[in-house]
Amino acid sequence: MKIGVVIFPGSNCDHDMIYALGHILGHEVVELWHKDHDLQQVDWVVLPGGFSYGDYLRSGAIARFSPIMAEVVQHARRGGYVLGVCNGFQVLCETGLLPGTLQHNLSHRFVCQNTYLRLAHPEHPFTAGLESARPYKIPVAHGEGRFYADEATVKQLEDQGQILFQYCDAEGRVSEEANFNGSVAQIAGVSNAGQNVIGMMPHPERAADPNLGNTDGRALLESFLMAAGQTA
Amino acid sequence: MSDATLQPVTEETAGELGLLEGEFQKICEILGREPNFNELSVYSVMWSEHCSYKNSIVWLKTLPKDGPHMLVKAGEENAGLVDLGEGLACAFKIESHNHPSALEPYQGAATGVGGINRDIFTMGARPIAQLNSLRFGELSEDRTKWLLNGVVRGIGNYGNSFGVPTVGGEVYFDKSYHQNPLVNAFSAGIMRTGEDPVISAKAEGPGNPVFIIGSFTGKDGIAGAAFASKDLTDASVEDIPSVQVGDPFQEKLLLEATLELAKTGAIVGMQDMGAAGITCSTAEMSAAGGVGMDIHLDRVPTRQDDMQPWEILLSESQERMLAVVKKGREEEVRRIFEKWDLPCAEIGAVVDRDQLTYYWQGEVVAQTPADPLVLGGGAPVYYREYREPAYFKAYQKFDINSTTVPQDLKAVGERLLQHPNIASKRYVYQQYDSMVGTINMNTNLPSDAAVVNLKDTQRALAMTVDCNARYVHADPYQGTMIAVAEAARNIVVSGGQPSAITNCLNFGNPYQPEVYWQFVNAIKGMGAACEKFQTPVTGGNVSFYNHTVREEHTEPVFPTPAIGMIGVVEDKKHHTPLAFQQKGDLIYLLGENRNDINSSQYLVQEHGVEASPAPFFSLEEEYALQEQLKMLIRKGLLQSAHDVSEGGLWVALMESAMSGRLGFDVTTDSAIRADAYLFGESQSRVVVSVAQDRETDFVDLMMLNGVEFDLLGHVTKGSIRLDDRDWGHVEHYTQLYEEAIEKEMLR
Repeated sequence: MKIGVVIFPGSNCDHDMIYALGHILGHEVVELWHKDHDLQQVDWVVLPGGFSYGDYLRSGAIARFSPIMAEVVQHARRGGYVLGVCNGFQVLCETGLLPGTLQHNLSHRFVCQNTYLRLAHPEHPFTAGLESARPYKIPVAHGEGRFYADEATVKQLEDQGQILFQYCDAEGRVSEEANFNGSVAQIAGVSNAGQNVIGMMPHPERAADPNLGNTDGRALLESFLMAAGQTA
Repeated sequence: MSDATLQPVTEETAGELGLLEGEFQKICEILGREPNFNELSVYSVMWSEHCSYKNSIVWLKTLPKDGPHMLVKAGEENAGLVDLGEGLACAFKIESHNHPSALEPYQGAATGVGGINRDIFTMGARPIAQLNSLRFGELSEDRTKWLLNGVVRGIGNYGNSFGVPTVGGEVYFDKSYHQNPLVNAFSAGIMRTGEDPVISAKAEGPGNPVFIIGSFTGKDGIAGAAFASKDLTDASVEDIPSVQVGDPFQEKLLLEATLELAKTGAIVGMQDMGAAGITCSTAEMSAAGGVGMDIHLDRVPTRQDDMQPWEILLSESQERMLAVVKKGREEEVRRIFEKWDLPCAEIGAVVDRDQLTYYWQGEVVAQTPADPLVLGGGAPVYYREYREPAYFKAYQKFDINSTTVPQDLKAVGERLLQHPNIASKRYVYQQYDSMVGTINMNTNLPSDAAVVNLKDTQRALAMTVDCNARYVHADPYQGTMIAVAEAARNIVVSGGQPSAITNCLNFGNPYQPEVYWQFVNAIKGMGAACEKFQTPVTGGNVSFYNHTVREEHTEPVFPTPAIGMIGVVEDKKHHTPLAFQQKGDLIYLLGENRNDINSSQYLVQEHGVEASPAPFFSLEEEYALQEQLKMLIRKGLLQSAHDVSEGGLWVALMESAMSGRLGFDVTTDSAIRADAYLFGESQSRVVVSVAQDRETDFVDLMMLNGVEFDLLGHVTKGSIRLDDRDWGHVEHYTQLYEEAIEKEMLR
């Protein structure tokens, strides 16, 4: 599997993602510079976390106009795989590749902590490699991560099985208390209707290295890539 | 240029710019004439306390500088460089940003973070982790809440966006900091020895071009000099913001561009621009290399159109560097900065004599030799008078018998866990990205010191910042030894070997002999402890004039020599958590309990007694304890280790319990007063837990040395029991501990 990680000015989880996918999972990973137009024939494009272009104006709002994003949109429209994490998720929502928006956390504070995720639709191909019975411990770090979409869109996401992850507690219960940022329907991650684009606020790449005592994120990344491998 | 800035100025103007009596005369002697306004501005900032250390340097020089692992010693470069083994070296430093933060907490703290990181990456090291040390007035005060929120958001937004994790720190509250908070930022960076070049802060090679790289230069941060210039410029000076404004996005680009530039080998030397901007960086780089520079101020990219030469000289705009480049390789520099969309301009060249000449459109606007401007060169050095304050002896008279043991110790225990100096700082640290970089080993296994993974090696790097300023106030010598000892203890219980320290010395007005006495004794105590632990001082920062003005008098802050220490964890397996690990494990105390409540949070909070000496401390006992801990950890005999500090043994036990979501059942010692046993803060004690099947090995190893140890009890599933009495469940205390600060902040 050849994976391209986009580097925007201000990306800061780019190297973490490259380390997780390349060094830990052993895939071929290339860096895609924001000023370029060449996707180097990758199977997957990953938009990493960070503060692209300083996130001035609104998170992800400027990045969508970068040269590389025109190619990423084409890639996605052709059915190519795209994963956006944190700021990458915000960029994907800004481009319209994913539904909804990401707003300020209800507390209006940046929050960095471990959270727990449970599978909303275990049969979704991206999460088919995961266990539906248990929560996954995945860190978050964001100030603008409250997923919002109108009622009709949320219903559509539910009906079409596009909700990948919901925030839950350590025992796997979905509750308002575990929904620390106030996301609608506790949504932590979604896919598009075509099931080739994923966005999520939590950082799976931060839970991939056994030296850090948590490899739940590695399981997520493996499941995403496996789903793509089967349909490719 | 035909204005007044080129005319000679008088001693009166020198006084207005903050120069001391006699310093103007000295400038005239150096120049052989009276300076003009531009030159005087240059001297006033270079000879300020901040740049020259003129009131502290004679004492700083007494600190141990060399150790077995030092690659670059204190004062040689922007930060010290320590060998970590396996081909890695660490550059680290701590710096204050107190006064800007008191005025504008958000930008003050943010630019503090920016500045300390530039000190690290200007050497060619990539910052990998940050800490901070914060002091505020009492949390119940609205001003404190405003400052705390601003400072934490400032540190958070800057650090989070810059992409370097904040992995630890400390926050204390005391009324002495009411007007004058302390904001000390620490950063550590890594480089590959032999592979990554250490970029020197030295100008060399006459004819080599000098570049300014990074952000545009604006009118920020020059108000200090501006107030004296009212007869020189128009009324617009009122618009000049006195606090610099930070842009973490620019800093991130500057980091990447700088490190890319460092790899090319086109750089001769580089220094970041902090205090006194272009003035300081051109002077220090020239003096370090024994050369001079011709600098064309009109070639500096500016944010505003109407900037005066002296404003450009003194601007403290952030995210800028001065770089001396090998002649002929200018294009490589330009290409890299174009790639990162950052301004970069050639503004002059190195010359072969000790002369700094600043031009404006071809005309000389200021000229001076560089060496007399800098620390270690001709900058003034003063010996200040010091005198023991009256309170010191008075504090020694405290007698524990003047206080009585409270009836309800459980209620005291609950209150202590909710005191802002002890309660969880979750409200603060959750606003920092602690995990970016995927190296934080404490996220899922917290230990006393922060421990970060050194990827692709056996090793990890431990770091901590510590200072109980109440102890230092009570006894500056003893208190500062304790600060160093506690830092070392935190590194050791986490599985590391202390390597070196950086210090941030926050004191009051050095012209007050009683304040200077605190400073002198703090340095002496620091030196003694650093010698003992073989942790040389690699650099740091002095911040004087920290005080709170009251109606009657000016009260200095508690003397606060914050100690930032790094240590090497030679094998990641040695990383030892502070949390109890499983029910049934045995809990031991290492070190001796004493009948001592001196300077404890308990004594202040429950009895309202501020006047007591520092708690018991013996450097020998501490050293023996740490050596013993290193052996125990290397042999894999400890399940957990956590040092006893604020709140005493009770809080140490509770923190190990809460962190592991387990409880404990312990028996106290009737030979010691119950309050001293539970809440006393005598030093050199560590709570450890040992698996039952390793107890024999543990006891055997403990018997080999003279370190006191005592079986306290065992870990339980969640209930807290003391002397067979039920003190409730760990969850109850966890809630009190974790929510105390947040509740107060949202009130």
